[in-house]
Amino acid sequence: MSDSMTIHLRVWRQAGPESKGKFVNYTVADVNSHMSFLELLDVLNEQLIHAGDDPVEFDHDCREGICGACGVVIDGVAHGPQQRTAACQLHMRHYQDGDMLVLEPWRATAFPIIRDLVADRSALDRIVAAGGYVSVDTGSAPDANSILISKNESEGAFDFAACIGCGACVAACPNASASLFTGAKIAHLSGLPQGRPERKERAVAMVEQMQKEGFGDCSNHGECEAVCPKGISIAAIAIMRREYMKAKLA
Amino acid sequence: MAHPLSANVPDGRLQEKWDNYKNQIKLVNPANKRKHTVIVVGTGLAGGSAAATLAELGYNVNSFCIQDSPRRAHSIAAQGGINAAKNYPNDGDTVWRLFYDTIKGGDYRSREANVHRLAQISNEIIDQCVAQGVPFAREYGGHLDNRSFGGAQVSRTFYARGQTGQQLLLGAYQAMCRQISTGQIIMFERREMLDLVVIDGYARGIITRDLVTGKIERHIADAVLLCTGGYGNVYYLSTNAKNSNVTAAWRCHRKGAYFANPAFTQIHPTCIPVSGDYQSKLTLMSESLRNDGRVWVPKKVGDSRLPQDIPDDERDYYLERRYPSFGNLVPRDVASRNAKYACDEGRGVGETKLAVYLDFRESIDRLGKNKISERYGNLFEMYERITGENPYEVPMRIYPAVHYTMGGLWVDYELQSTIPGLFVLGEANFSDHGANRLGASALMQGLADGYFVIPYTLGNYIASTKLTDADTSHAAFVEAETAATEKLDRLLSIQGTKTVTEYHRDLGRIMWDNVGMSRTAEGLETAVGLISTLREEFWENVRIPGEKTHYNKNLEFAGRVADFLELGELMARDALMRNESAGGHFREEYQTEDGEAQRNDEDFAFVGAWEYTGQNQDPKVHQEYLDFENVQLTTRSYK
Repeated sequence: MSDSMTIHLRVWRQAGPESKGKFVNYTVADVNSHMSFLELLDVLNEQLIHAGDDPVEFDHDCREGICGACGVVIDGVAHGPQQRTAACQLHMRHYQDGDMLVLEPWRATAFPIIRDLVADRSALDRIVAAGGYVSVDTGSAPDANSILISKNESEGAFDFAACIGCGACVAACPNASASLFTGAKIAHLSGLPQGRPERKERAVAMVEQMQKEGFGDCSNHGECEAVCPKGISIAAIAIMRREYMKAKLA
Repeated sequence: MAHPLSANVPDGRLQEKWDNYKNQIKLVNPANKRKHTVIVVGTGLAGGSAAATLAELGYNVNSFCIQDSPRRAHSIAAQGGINAAKNYPNDGDTVWRLFYDTIKGGDYRSREANVHRLAQISNEIIDQCVAQGVPFAREYGGHLDNRSFGGAQVSRTFYARGQTGQQLLLGAYQAMCRQISTGQIIMFERREMLDLVVIDGYARGIITRDLVTGKIERHIADAVLLCTGGYGNVYYLSTNAKNSNVTAAWRCHRKGAYFANPAFTQIHPTCIPVSGDYQSKLTLMSESLRNDGRVWVPKKVGDSRLPQDIPDDERDYYLERRYPSFGNLVPRDVASRNAKYACDEGRGVGETKLAVYLDFRESIDRLGKNKISERYGNLFEMYERITGENPYEVPMRIYPAVHYTMGGLWVDYELQSTIPGLFVLGEANFSDHGANRLGASALMQGLADGYFVIPYTLGNYIASTKLTDADTSHAAFVEAETAATEKLDRLLSIQGTKTVTEYHRDLGRIMWDNVGMSRTAEGLETAVGLISTLREEFWENVRIPGEKTHYNKNLEFAGRVADFLELGELMARDALMRNESAGGHFREEYQTEDGEAQRNDEDFAFVGAWEYTGQNQDPKVHQEYLDFENVQLTTRSYK
């Protein structure tokens, strides 16, 4: 069950936003199949530190697929080969002795590289700040059960609300579009009565911010949905377009 | 820097104290709020809700977080739910009962007034979250759904599948975003607080490091709110995120904020077991699973048959056997200790024999796979990703792991620490959970503190306090910045032979073995010595790569581990001082005949608030004796 493997890595190294990056090859021996992919990077980094080299920098935090901090393109696929799984929850049992993994950061004009595999995703926060909220001050809310929401509506909204803001959708998209991310938040909030009073302003503002940030447009490739660790459906993008058009035309 | 411990609890009947407080306090005129700046460190449930609410009120808020976005605070990972005394299920819940369950669950080591306020506020929190668009689970008729959690005999927990923390945090984050867009909150992400700045005895600002450029910054304000979470990562392996740390709180402690009950740590009974030395953290399996899962080990010692080959009458459903009233839903400390005993007896399961089963077969048969999937779908998927096993077909293997810290910086009724102007919210403070926290109450406490307590108490502080004029050129800022820079330079200069992770792992092992689920005076004294030695070795032999002028995770972790190496010793001392067993603090010398915690209310019904007295000097403990005027102290029994 816990076989020992040797894994080869080809990792993007880049010292800073303005530096030229390049791929560097590494080998890690004694990889246990129960190890997570990020634990593999930890082991590599311990090796590098002991050898006097700079460790590979990568974003990570919860290591349980919910914070959205981690994000590595593994062999050309954002978050790696396992569907609906963030990089931190990919385990080495999916690989075999002698495999070579190519590791890259999220690549998009709107996501400048900070160092190695760490990208700057603050554009996503600016999209939310443009309108991804319900305007309600603390203390002014009515009793929670005064707004009845059918189970279907609630579950539907939840499915879109499950977005963890990792940016894999952007990384996978040939146009580097943030449509799935933006669409998910618009779909979540317009899918609930609480979000409807502001639905028009929200759709327009968030879409325009998304464009301002330098993301590409959506041309229906569907790569985003395929890599989303939370399985968000591209129906979110259809909803976003509908909300936007209704806002502009009404 | 002696500080007489006064909890400042308002007068009146317990049920009226909070209203009395609100009626008596000074307020800050709406037009004057914009003249005041408040620093909020941390953007989890406590920090996010506080920042958003204070900004809505008109204060200028400067928020800080270590991650690239406020939405990544570790509150995001909380799974199971949030408690409130709405009594929608009509099964007997009241504000009083929630208060009582929480105080009892805390093994009578928390302050009555704070806990009652928490129960009172709980309902408003749910209202606020729903209004923000948090997609709580609903019944078919459109009303909110509830479920049960450990330590309660009512269904009072509101949830959003298995990611309640994420949804609540997104509600607070989105409220923050609204304020960021108007400039009322200035957000400083990828910043770490390295020190507190105190001027004339008042907390007036912080020193931060920009984690991308390495630049050290000074920030000044009229008050500082510390919302920096728990210190479970002192054990290295815990359910905390990798960035979770005690540094901000510890720096405040060294500047005069007493640290209360550090030995009260919570070990969560249902986490995925360790699989190897490279293990970097432990993953929680929500307590809500114990609503439908049954905990068991084989009756026979050393039984290594596959679980599906062990018939029911050869299984020991030990929680159901020992605690008929609460069964699998006993509080966490009780469940964790029992799992440890089962494994100590040689009846553990799995490759390492350090695991017990959490079995869903019976409820899948009773409710159907779809219903179980609806309740726990994402948790089952998470389990399968990590272990490669399918919990719909074989029982989950689980083992206790460090999860939450009830201890933290001491605060009074106003959530103010022993440093005037320094307020502490959420898991970072010690206040509401006593010696053991009940499930679904951390989310409740973080949001209570941020949405509904601090706006009042901070207002009272600002309206009552005349602060001296100062700016960031003040000597206190210079001194703090110099000290922070020196620490970074010193760490980088050592260039020894052992990595930060290796030291952290070593500390974690000492802590788990000696200051873990079951403690002895001997083990604790040993721990104090071992930690002290390890700390000295760290400062002589740690190896940190790179420079301080670029993104450097190892440098960040080094500073945090240095502080853990001091905290760990304080925790062991606190556990040594407390000669009783209470909640998560179990001293083997103080237990009942059937192995339950034995409290000593006569001598230890107090909060142990520790004062830092100087480098390598023994800390001093101050007692805040707890008066229980409204509840009767009984032996906590869940049988």
